[in-house]
Amino acid sequence: MVRKTKKTPQKTMKVSDELLISMHNVSKWFGSFQALREINLNVYKGERIIICGPSGSGKSTLIRCLNALEHHQAGEIKVLGNVLDNNIRHVETIRRDVGMVFQDFNLFPHLSILENCILAPIWVKKMPRAEAVDLAMSLLERVKIPEQASKFPGQISGGQKQRVAIARALCMNPQVMLFDEPTASLDPEMVSEVLDAMVELAESGMTMICVTHEMGFARKVANRVIFMDEKGQIVEQNEPNAFFDNPKSERTRQFLSKVLTH
Amino acid sequence: MAKKSDIVFVREKDAPLLAPPLLESGAFGWFRQNILSTMNDFSSVGGAVRSLIMAAATLFIFYYSVNILWALIDFTLIEAVWSNPQGLKRELCTTALAGGVQHDGWHGACWPLIFAKIKFLTYGAYPFEELWRVNLAGVILIAGLVALMFERMPYRIHIGLFMLVIYPFLAFALLYGLGDWAGLPFVYTYDWGGILVTLVVALTGIVVSLPLGIALALGRQSKMPVIRGFCTIFIEFWRGIPLITVLFMASVALPLFLPKGVNIDNLLRALIGVTLFASAYMAEVIRGGLQAIDKGQYEAGTALGLNYWKNMRLIILPQALTYVIPGIVNTFIGLFKDTTLVAIIGLFDLLGAAQAAVNDASWSTPVQAITLYIYVALFYFICCLIMSRYSMRLERKLAKTND
Ligand SMILES: Nc1ncnc2c1ncn2[C@@H]1O[C@H](COP(=O)(O)OP(=O)(O)OP(=O)(O)O)[C@@H](O)[C@H]1O
Ligand SMILES: [Mg+2]
Repeated sequence: MVRKTKKTPQKTMKVSDELLISMHNVSKWFGSFQALREINLNVYKGERIIICGPSGSGKSTLIRCLNALEHHQAGEIKVLGNVLDNNIRHVETIRRDVGMVFQDFNLFPHLSILENCILAPIWVKKMPRAEAVDLAMSLLERVKIPEQASKFPGQISGGQKQRVAIARALCMNPQVMLFDEPTASLDPEMVSEVLDAMVELAESGMTMICVTHEMGFARKVANRVIFMDEKGQIVEQNEPNAFFDNPKSERTRQFLSKVLTH
Repeated sequence: MAKKSDIVFVREKDAPLLAPPLLESGAFGWFRQNILSTMNDFSSVGGAVRSLIMAAATLFIFYYSVNILWALIDFTLIEAVWSNPQGLKRELCTTALAGGVQHDGWHGACWPLIFAKIKFLTYGAYPFEELWRVNLAGVILIAGLVALMFERMPYRIHIGLFMLVIYPFLAFALLYGLGDWAGLPFVYTYDWGGILVTLVVALTGIVVSLPLGIALALGRQSKMPVIRGFCTIFIEFWRGIPLITVLFMASVALPLFLPKGVNIDNLLRALIGVTLFASAYMAEVIRGGLQAIDKGQYEAGTALGLNYWKNMRLIILPQALTYVIPGIVNTFIGLFKDTTLVAIIGLFDLLGAAQAAVNDASWSTPVQAITLYIYVALFYFICCLIMSRYSMRLERKLAKTND
C-alpha cells in the first residue's frame, strides 16, 4: 500500500530525551462509562506513535484528550511543558502547537482551500496575510496540491481533502501532530496519497501520534505501536516489528489476526 | 444451466455514445409536454377520468386567473381616473347619478386621491418646510442599499460600516432633529407618519433583531446555565405572546410601571416591542442553522487554536447564517408586514395614514377605500418582493461558492 521510499525513518525506541507529552494515570468517563483507564504514556520529540485497537477502545478519546477536545477527569496530562487543566490559557497555548487531523477531514466548506489554510495563522498567530499565503502555498506544495488552492472543499476528492487538512494543521507550525484514523473515510485508491504525505512528514522528523489500522504504514514509520482493548486500557506497547511479528498478549494476537488476514 | 456467453464477457468495442433523445421545441412542443401530457391518457377508465379531471381543472384555473387579472387591470388601469385638471374632489370619482362627473356604471381606481394624499401617506404630519430632512435620509438610505447590492463596489466594506454604524445616528439627527442651534429643530414623533414610520419601525427592527437574535441563539446553546436559562425564557416569553398584546402593553401598561413624569416616546415603545418580538423569532431561526452545523467544524477550529468567539465568527456563523437565509428573510418580511399593527396604538404608519385618508369625507366615494388599500398593498408587495428576490440572489451566490 505504501510507496517505497529511499530513506526509512529511524526506528529506535527513543529518538530524543525531550519529553513532549506525558500522561500519568489518566482516566476519562462518559457519564458512568469509563472510556479510558489509567493511561500512562510518554512521547518524546521526534517519536512516531501508532495507536490501534478495536472499535470503542478509546483511541479517539485518548488523542482528543491531548488537545483538550475531551477533558480527562483523573490523572495528569502534560503537553509541551503545560499541564492540561481547566485554565483556558494553558489549553489555548497547547492547541496552537498541537496539530490535529480528523477522520472526516472537517475542512471549512465555506472557505477556499487557501483560506482554510491561512485562517488560523492570521487569526491565532496574527501573521500578516501575505506571509500566511506564502506559508500556506509552500505547505500545499509539500502535500502536492498547490493547484487546488483556489477551489472549495466541495470540489476536491477525499484524498485531496485530507492532504489539505494536513497542510492546514502544518500552517500553525505545530510541534506535535495528532491523526485520528486519517484514512478511514477514504476510497481505497486514495489512501496511499495521504499515507505518502504522512510518511514524508515522519521523515522530516515531526512528532506524530496516529490512530490507524494501516499496518503497513505502522511498520514503516512507527517507532512504537500501542494497542488498546475494549476496556479503554493500554494492553501492549512495543517497537513495530516485535509488535507485529511477536505479540505478547493474547488479546493483541486476536486483534492482529483479524486486521492482518485480509 | 446458463450459457457460457452469459457468464464470460470481455468488452472489445466501446458501447456507442448516443446523442440525447430529441425534445420537442417551440410553443406547441412546450404545450404538449407540459399541459397535454397530463390529460391524454384514455387507455383505461381510470386514466380517462384522470385526464378529464385534469382538463377541467386546467380550464377552470386558466379561466379564473384570466378573469381576476382582467378585473384588476380594468379597475386599476383602464377604467381608472388618472388626471384631475379641474381640481375636483368627491365629484371626480362618482358617477353622474350621484352628482359626480363619471358616466353611469363607472367603477375604477381614483388615483388623483392618492396624488392628493401622497404627502400625508408618505410623511404623516411632518412639517412641510422640514421635509427635505426626511428626503435626505431616504436618499442616503437608498443609495447606500443599492451600493451594497453590487459586489464589485469599491469601498463596499466602508459603505457597509457607514450604513450600520453612522447612518442610524445621522438618520436620527435628521428625522428627530438636534435643536434650533444646529438648524435642525425637533420634529416630535407624533408628527411622523406614513411610509416614514413604517420604514423606521421595520428597518430598526430588522437591523437590531439580527444581531440580537444571533446573541440569543448563541446564549441558548451556552454551557453556562444562567445565560442559557435567561435566553430560553426571554425567547419563549416573546414568542408566547401576540405582537398586538406586546404593543398594547407597551402603550397602556408600561406607563403604570414608570415613575410619574417619566414619559417614553410612543414610537420608541413600539420600536422596542417590535424589535424584541422579532429578535425572539430570529433567534430560533438562527438556532436551527447552528444545529445544522457538524460538531466537527467547531472541533477543527478549536484544534487550530481558535477561541469560542473566533470560532463562531469565522467558522460557525458564516455557515449557519447561510443555511437559514430563507428563514431570516421570512422573518424580515413578517416583521415588515407586522409593523402595520402599530396603527392600533395610535401611530400613523402607512396603513394608519391610509385609514385616516379613507375617513376623509371630502373624498368620500365608493372607490375611496379600495383605491387607498390597493396603493398600500402595492407598497408592501413591492418591498417584500425586493427582499425575497434579493435573498434568492444571495442564496444562489453562496451556493455557487460553496460547492
Ligand atoms: N461523547 C461521548 N459520549 C458518550 N460516550 C462516548 C462519547 N464519545 C465516545 N464515547 C464512548 O467511549 C468509548 C470510546 O470511544 P472512542 O471514540 O474513543 O473509541 P475509538 O477507539 O476511537 O473507536 P473507533 O475505532 O470506532 O473510532 C466508546 O465506547 C464510545 O461509545
Ligand atoms: Mg475513533
